[in-house]
Amino acid sequence: MRDSRRTRSVLVVLVLVSLTLIAINGNSGPGRALRSGAGALFGPVQRVAASAFRPIHDFFGGIGKDTQAKLDALQRENDALRLAQRASQYAHCRAAELDALLHIAGLGQYTIKPAQVIAMGPSQSFAWTAEIDAGALDGLSVGMTVINGDGLVGRLKTVSRSTSTVLLTVDPSFNVGARVEGTLQLGYASGEGTDPMTVQMFSGQAILKPGNRVVTDTRAGSSFPGGIPLGTLVAVRGTVGSQTRYATLQPYVSFATLDLVGVIVQHPRTDPRDSVLPPRPTPGAAPSSPACGSPAAASVNSPAPAPTSSGAAGASTPPGAIASTVPGARSTVRPRATSRPTTSASPGR
Amino acid sequence: MVAVVLSVAAVVQTAVLSRIPFPGATPDLVLLVAVSIALVQGPTRGAAVCFSAGLLLDVVPPADGAVGRWALVMCVVGWFVGRASDAVEGSAWLPLLVVAGACAATLGGYAAVGWLIGDVRVTASVVGSALPAALLYDVLFSPFVVPPVMALARRFEVTATYARTVR
Repeated sequence: MRDSRRTRSVLVVLVLVSLTLIAINGNSGPGRALRSGAGALFGPVQRVAASAFRPIHDFFGGIGKDTQAKLDALQRENDALRLAQRASQYAHCRAAELDALLHIAGLGQYTIKPAQVIAMGPSQSFAWTAEIDAGALDGLSVGMTVINGDGLVGRLKTVSRSTSTVLLTVDPSFNVGARVEGTLQLGYASGEGTDPMTVQMFSGQAILKPGNRVVTDTRAGSSFPGGIPLGTLVAVRGTVGSQTRYATLQPYVSFATLDLVGVIVQHPRTDPRDSVLPPRPTPGAAPSSPACGSPAAASVNSPAPAPTSSGAAGASTPPGAIASTVPGARSTVRPRATSRPTTSASPGR
Repeated sequence: MVAVVLSVAAVVQTAVLSRIPFPGATPDLVLLVAVSIALVQGPTRGAAVCFSAGLLLDVVPPADGAVGRWALVMCVVGWFVGRASDAVEGSAWLPLLVVAGACAATLGGYAAVGWLIGDVRVTASVVGSALPAALLYDVLFSPFVVPPVMALARRFEVTATYARTVR
């Protein structure tokens, strides 16, 4: 039998070392240095691994959450067509993602540094984080805001040489100053992990409705630039006049299929207010296809701009939209990209 | 050798597995590999290997929160798994059973440590959704990870013992 006294002392020493590490807290001093060093060491390897396995991720990212819808649609096609189509579809999806990111950066006058997500934190670690392939060498520093074509993604928590870790907005330790679109009602939004985010209004008199859209705001006391779309209110808790007003906020960003992001390296000189929000969805418009995993990029399947103003025409499916034939495939209708050819010229609407 | 295997597992887990949107959680490849090594090498080295693996999980990006949480839980688990190494020798099923138990203990222990140090992110809804999902993936992955890693570790141990004897 092995020497159990020695093994026990080894265990005790290791436990004590772990407890010491926990006690000195990973987000300051030695912990941060350790993380940053590990980032410098592992970052480049992770980058290579992520890009080598990108086709696998693209496959799953393309299916996203609507697995069944996508599978049903794909069954209707033959194998050759499916392969050919998928190849071109992902090229389109990526182009559309970049397009949406540039669009949002242009509208808000944000100066961004684009980056690609190379790793995501596992949810059993209780940290909603993502690693991106840009770091201190690209001029990034801790605290910078990260967006994508849909809205706010998070802020930089750790920056190493060529990679950085983003704390996502859904992380329960994440808070951001928020404002309800078209009003001066301020509050702050916080992450809830796997659940949708929560907005707490500063005033108990705040008038909230499900469907209200929420953007970041600098006056609510946060370091984020103003005007970044956060999400849509889906439920309002409490009544007007109660001590605090809470609402549930469904973020615009789809975190499961996060891919291309932009780090805001320079804030806009003026607050873009509500101008970055996507155009209001038109009732009855064709549901956007979930083929790209992100609603913003869905329009690539419809080469011709789909009619968005006419309710009757919206019932017809845009040509080539695969999964939009499945009813209820996606409840949030955001035909931003479909209407972009006509409306994007006037950011103020 | 062990360091290389653990590093490769860490890169695969963070940069490849985490990007596949498994519903609920990500398979704990590093945990599976570390526990398999502990199952061959006994309590002393098992605790040390699992401690290193935990430290790796704590610092390799995109990790966040207090450094040392995974290390603490995994060195204890590795020690107990190592003690079971003699009992599972020669069996095909017992290792998988031990690994499944070790995964459950590690995931639960990590959540418990987070709760004890007052991490606001450890909420009932996340524990309820992420832990069962992670455990399920770990159990599904274990038949493909545990036997090869154990064989590799055994072979390495035999070579090391031979080298020591010759010397």
